[in-house]
Amino acid sequence: MTSNKRRVFLKGSLAAGTVGVAVGAGLLAPSKLLAAWPSDAFQSLPFEDSLEAALGTTEMPEGEIEITAPEIAENGMVVPVTVETGMSDVSEMALFVVENGSPLTSKYILGAGAVPMFATRIKMGESSDVVATVKSNGTWYSATREVKVTIGGCGG
Amino acid sequence: MSTIRVRAAERDGVVTVRALMTHPMETGTAKDSAGNVIPPHHIETVLAESEGNTVMTAYWGVTISRNPFFQFQFAGNSGDSLKLSWTDNKGESDSVETTIG
Repeated sequence: MTSNKRRVFLKGSLAAGTVGVAVGAGLLAPSKLLAAWPSDAFQSLPFEDSLEAALGTTEMPEGEIEITAPEIAENGMVVPVTVETGMSDVSEMALFVVENGSPLTSKYILGAGAVPMFATRIKMGESSDVVATVKSNGTWYSATREVKVTIGGCGG
Repeated sequence: MSTIRVRAAERDGVVTVRALMTHPMETGTAKDSAGNVIPPHHIETVLAESEGNTVMTAYWGVTISRNPFFQFQFAGNSGDSLKLSWTDNKGESDSVETTIG
């Protein structure tokens, strides 16, 4: 009797272990992640509409946000951009290129212990203002920097 | 071989992660040599987890450059685990695990 119960118990924990491994390996994660991707915000939209879609607001005070990017980018296919801020309690950040057909390049959700900074490389179709936004203590702030592009990088 | 190359190093309690991902990041507006439009193919979500906690989630559109670079920082320790994974608009995904140096 005892050994039978033990066998059933072992079988149960083995099954649970398999599910755990599947979750850990990311096999069950993608559908959850896909559902969270804000497709509306990445549409081809005028800049103000993309702000509204991505952040839920278009009116933002200027924030203490540093955008590091080249003044003149020779190749619009690859423009390195770093955004950082010393503002407190930052929960989200986003980066827009005003003149791009789809202005929102990316949006970041800061998790446990995250430092409010990111660096990536973006495509720019033409010379444009680059706008970084930071949600600090529940309010969105923005900063703007102009980047001149010699050869645009969205068509091909 | 993994599509993700990642380095994570701790200094003064802050972990700096630098990652390079191999991905075409097609915008959906480019055409191939035959003049056919190449459909959009891009990473949508990048997830970074350390010691079971999500430290950073990135949502990307088509205007992140081909073979994306991504750097970020969080409070952590040398020896902790770091898992980085991406999922794209075709449902493809990849992930890599490393130990913070």
